[in-house]
Amino acid sequence: MMTDTTTAPVDDKIRCDACPVMCYIKPGAAGACDRYANHNGELVRVDPHIVLERTVSHGGRLVPFQAGGDWDGKIVHEPSVFVTAIGAGTTYPDYKPAPFIVSSEIDGIDMVTVVTEGIFSYCGVKVKIDTDRYLGPETATVRAQGEAVGHVTTGEYGSQMLSLGGVHHLTGGSKKEGRVTCDTLMDLSNCKPVELTIDGGATVVVQAGYPPIVNGVPEERMRVGCGSATIGMFAKQWHGKVDEVVVVDDHITGVLSEHQAGKLLDIPDTGIKMKGRRSTPGRYFQVAEPGTGWGGTKISDPLSVLGPFDPKKSRPGMTMLMVSTTGEHAAYYELDETLKPVEKEIPADLKHSVERIQENCEPALCTVLFMGGAGGSLRAGITDNPVRLTRSVKEALTRVTSGGAPVYVWPGGGITFMVDVTRLPAGAFGYVPTPALVAPIEFTLKLSDYAALGGHMDHVRPLASLKDNAELRQTPSLQSAPGRRA
Amino acid sequence: MTRVPQIALLADGRRLHLQDGPIDLIVEARGSEANVRAAYEAAVRRFTGLLDELCEELLLLRQAADPARCPLQGAVARRMYEAVVPFASEHFITPMAAVAGSVAEEILGVMLQSAPLERAYVNNGGDIALHLADGEHFTVGLAERPDAPALMRTMVVHADDPSRGVATSGRHGRSFSLGIADAVTVLARTASQADATATIIANAVDLPGHPAIARCPAHDLQPDSDLGARLVTRGVGELSTGEIEAALESGAACARKLLAAGLIDGAALRLHGEMITVGARAIEMPNAQALLRGGVTESAMHV
Repeated sequence: MMTDTTTAPVDDKIRCDACPVMCYIKPGAAGACDRYANHNGELVRVDPHIVLERTVSHGGRLVPFQAGGDWDGKIVHEPSVFVTAIGAGTTYPDYKPAPFIVSSEIDGIDMVTVVTEGIFSYCGVKVKIDTDRYLGPETATVRAQGEAVGHVTTGEYGSQMLSLGGVHHLTGGSKKEGRVTCDTLMDLSNCKPVELTIDGGATVVVQAGYPPIVNGVPEERMRVGCGSATIGMFAKQWHGKVDEVVVVDDHITGVLSEHQAGKLLDIPDTGIKMKGRRSTPGRYFQVAEPGTGWGGTKISDPLSVLGPFDPKKSRPGMTMLMVSTTGEHAAYYELDETLKPVEKEIPADLKHSVERIQENCEPALCTVLFMGGAGGSLRAGITDNPVRLTRSVKEALTRVTSGGAPVYVWPGGGITFMVDVTRLPAGAFGYVPTPALVAPIEFTLKLSDYAALGGHMDHVRPLASLKDNAELRQTPSLQSAPGRRA
Repeated sequence: MTRVPQIALLADGRRLHLQDGPIDLIVEARGSEANVRAAYEAAVRRFTGLLDELCEELLLLRQAADPARCPLQGAVARRMYEAVVPFASEHFITPMAAVAGSVAEEILGVMLQSAPLERAYVNNGGDIALHLADGEHFTVGLAERPDAPALMRTMVVHADDPSRGVATSGRHGRSFSLGIADAVTVLARTASQADATATIIANAVDLPGHPAIARCPAHDLQPDSDLGARLVTRGVGELSTGEIEAALESGAACARKLLAAGLIDGAALRLHGEMITVGARAIEMPNAQALLRGGVTESAMHV
């Protein structure tokens, strides 16, 4: 409800009264100044520099409300404020002191946070796509807008990994390849959707925090396990309700009657004949070509993975459930007089087991980790002896964050880190036409340690000096474990 | 609510930051301490209330400039009109196309009246008014895109160059563009002229009717935009190398006309990573300074 006459809505627009220009601003848009915007009908300030205000984590130390006397007019209690590098700006090359070197006192220790927007030519993203559908062969080229931007790397549990970007695509190929790679990395890092095509494989739309869309079909779930594992997990629930179960899987297809789990339950042979290569009893590799059909194979008719039933062991009327590793596909059959499977409606108790498989499948997501290396020039923005910063990070005296989000710093030389892009505030990544990505990076350490490693002490500013042109944002405590979703 | 312009020295203690509504100025002067102080005080005095002055005539400023007569009263408003009127008979243009440069020029003007300075600039969001005493020079960085600033080129403006204004226009800036240029940077005699001509040249970098270019009426985005229902560029998709060259060439042809008419001293036009320069002798390219210093040159290059 708007009661202020000066900002009364005209249609869906609001009129900003912050200055005499009196802009009409549509929802989602900003006024002429780019400082005030219409956010769902409300006039809000949008400022370039972002300061994160930490909330108390669960079980963390509670800060008493208005501890000690009257409110001092400060919105922010200093120790809970974290200055991010987003919007800090930078120069290229980075030989000047970092744009903001901010000091605040935390637990009586004078802390320094050096914030800068690093320019990363050595950077890329590691993408984990939760799907069993076949995306393409390992090492296949991944393309955006026709340009090579990376490659398919290992298959992991229930997911396929892509490695995109890196210095060779950014600067080693054609100019267009570099530009498209840079755009792709920036969009993925800013949690925007990107369409990728894999040579000899699928087209997949990837967006951090959202399900992948493989060949136009949104993925829903990760598989509960491989076909063999699914047999193991559900054998008891199927026992006595059906004669045979086949869990169709591109990796390991499981067959209940032959599987160790079925043997333990004394499930009799059914005379089933599987295609593919038998690994161990009840476990089959390569029952079909990989694809985007049942269980990551290319089949749409599950019977195509079966040979004829053995008349010596099979009998008419035998029942069989075929199901994929996500429970997304399922069919129920009875053998007729000629031992041919005939599809029938799935009985209710078996349908329940299929739903149980679905229920145990986690939602399929794309996750994007930005990976970048802080080079000598960036480190020089922080200290006049760059290698000391590296050593300080390795010795855990200096804490590295990216846009306030926790990072994993790789062991070994340099400061190469990875960060879950969904943990950074929106629009945290930028680019320069080099091409290279601009990512926020902050180094936090004790003021005395900062002086000791040759910090630019004359550029240290008190936190209060930033407040006038900084936006405060609530963020979960930085103490939470890396990788935990904000 | 009382509105107070923001007046502060930046953290370096040298540069003055003035902000009021959409006007955001970074000011730096060099000279004796007393002169710099006097100049900054003059800038602050002139800045206070300047936005109100402009807003009094805002409705007129948002209307197409009448080539025959100037209905405006304020000094800054009249300067805006003077900067755009050379284009008013051939193009739709409102004095707002020169607002940033005109404000920068006004503030620099009062600073120079108040004290002698070695060099000074007033940077109004990329539209810059320059002052250079004899023997002085400025190095101006050229960014490819205003929304992702990075110095790709530097331009050196010497005291014996005629240019005292620099402005950049394009589709990523705060104001809308009718064209598709990522950025057009212009050197001109004054900041207001640079501002107006950068707009005109940026509008000319275009591929009319191209399906990969998304456009939408300006008033759908900003209800009170001076561009009204005119289609402004919202997105530019894939363009072939030939199309990029054609669009840049269309802008360059416009820039050459303005150069011949003495309205600009040089321009650098950028689109999709390609750049073309027109008469910009001050725009230095790595390893190409010798080629470009002195004399009017024109070059297209891949960077």
